[in-house]
Amino acid sequence: MSETKYLLFLGCVIPYRLSSYEISTRKVLAKLGVDVVEMPEFNCCGYPMDSVNHDLMLTLAARNLCVAEKQGLEILALCNGCFCSLNETNKMLKEDKELREKINGYLKEINMEFKGTTEVKHLVHVLAEDVRFEKIKNAVKRPLTNLYVAQHSGCHLVRPTKFVEHGDDPENPKMLKDLIKLTGAECVDYQDEARCCGNPIIGVNEEVPFEMAREKLDHMRVAKAEAMITVCPFCHLMFDLNQPRIEKTFNEKFEMPVLHYPQLLGLAMGFSPEELALNTLRVKPVKLLEKLRTN
Amino acid sequence: MTYEEKSVSSKFSDEIRHRLGGETIAFCYQCGTCASSCPVAKVTDKYNPREIIKLSLLGARKEIVAGDTIWLCCSCYNCQERCPQEVEIADVIYTLRNIAIQEGNVPDIYVAFAEGISNEGRIVPVSKFAEKKREEYGLPPIKPANMDALRKILQATSFSKIQFKKGEAQ
Repeated sequence: MSETKYLLFLGCVIPYRLSSYEISTRKVLAKLGVDVVEMPEFNCCGYPMDSVNHDLMLTLAARNLCVAEKQGLEILALCNGCFCSLNETNKMLKEDKELREKINGYLKEINMEFKGTTEVKHLVHVLAEDVRFEKIKNAVKRPLTNLYVAQHSGCHLVRPTKFVEHGDDPENPKMLKDLIKLTGAECVDYQDEARCCGNPIIGVNEEVPFEMAREKLDHMRVAKAEAMITVCPFCHLMFDLNQPRIEKTFNEKFEMPVLHYPQLLGLAMGFSPEELALNTLRVKPVKLLEKLRTN
Repeated sequence: MTYEEKSVSSKFSDEIRHRLGGETIAFCYQCGTCASSCPVAKVTDKYNPREIIKLSLLGARKEIVAGDTIWLCCSCYNCQERCPQEVEIADVIYTLRNIAIQEGNVPDIYVAFAEGISNEGRIVPVSKFAEKKREEYGLPPIKPANMDALRKILQATSFSKIQFKKGEAQ
């Protein structure tokens, strides 16, 4: 595929709370020759509203899809939640004529119509399926040899499989693992890799998701991971921003740096830690960077 | 009469079945694969997807709709992937939440989300501080959502009619 141009869907969380993901993504994609177009007038992807009103979730997502259709571009989402709701809505409205007519009835109020002419992809799909491994491998200038990391694909990148058609295993996701290996780093196996970070319920209950995240951090530590790699802002906030509080709650020390995948790839491509905003992480990757310097 | 003595088809389960996402609830034969696959149930006794499906099928509308348990699903879809009866459990729980919210059981976090959507079309409010930070990072400014269009969508989908407990979100 030669045409690698996408409409970048940042969502609500990344632009204001997790610039490091956006900065590193933009750097890496530009170097790989992927063009991104800014999404005009985007609104919430719909995901947080699914619990409130299913029709609203579908209509919010559909409005974003209509914007992409008008631009004639596929959507590139960085967040698992955004990917999930936009992709799900796209698939549902394409397949279900009755539902499409209902949602188009709402969209008529704003002179828009869902036609079903676009696709929704996550950063992981764009890298693995469109840019492809060979091109990424060729862009790696400083292989991260001797570095052991753990992947956390998160849930909505691979589930529910009735909508995610990229062939990844919902019980044991491999796509992100393969992308990690391209950087020269080792991707360790650990217990319950496909398990949720817990973040979606942190607004109603803190104890439960903290325990869920603690368990995952513990499993990664047992597997001797030196860092954790995420591809979703919610997972990242759970493990990075909340890690000190999780440590305090359970009286444990993990000190597990949590990098966005494009940060890891960016390091291997020769970008400096500052260029990739590694300094903005909550858990400072001091040991990791030291190791890479002396590699 | 205990729940077990009642029929497994109830007015409530019919109500769920006829809503988008709730269609598959009656396929459940209570094997418990969902509960044993659930990462939330693994760490707390407060949540059990099998129990939620059972009570819903048996018609315990009030207990489900006014209770706290449906809000603890982390929507990881593990249960749904593994269900041998193809019950779309996570989707059923979203449907239950839609009903609960209609009835006025709205957790504070959703009041906050709803305010964000109503005011700015997004759940994270735009701030001058954050915009300045973006400028410093060399990132392009984020343009506001089209609120004229969004207000019409909120009206059309009856979202505007939902009674949120205003003031409790902060």
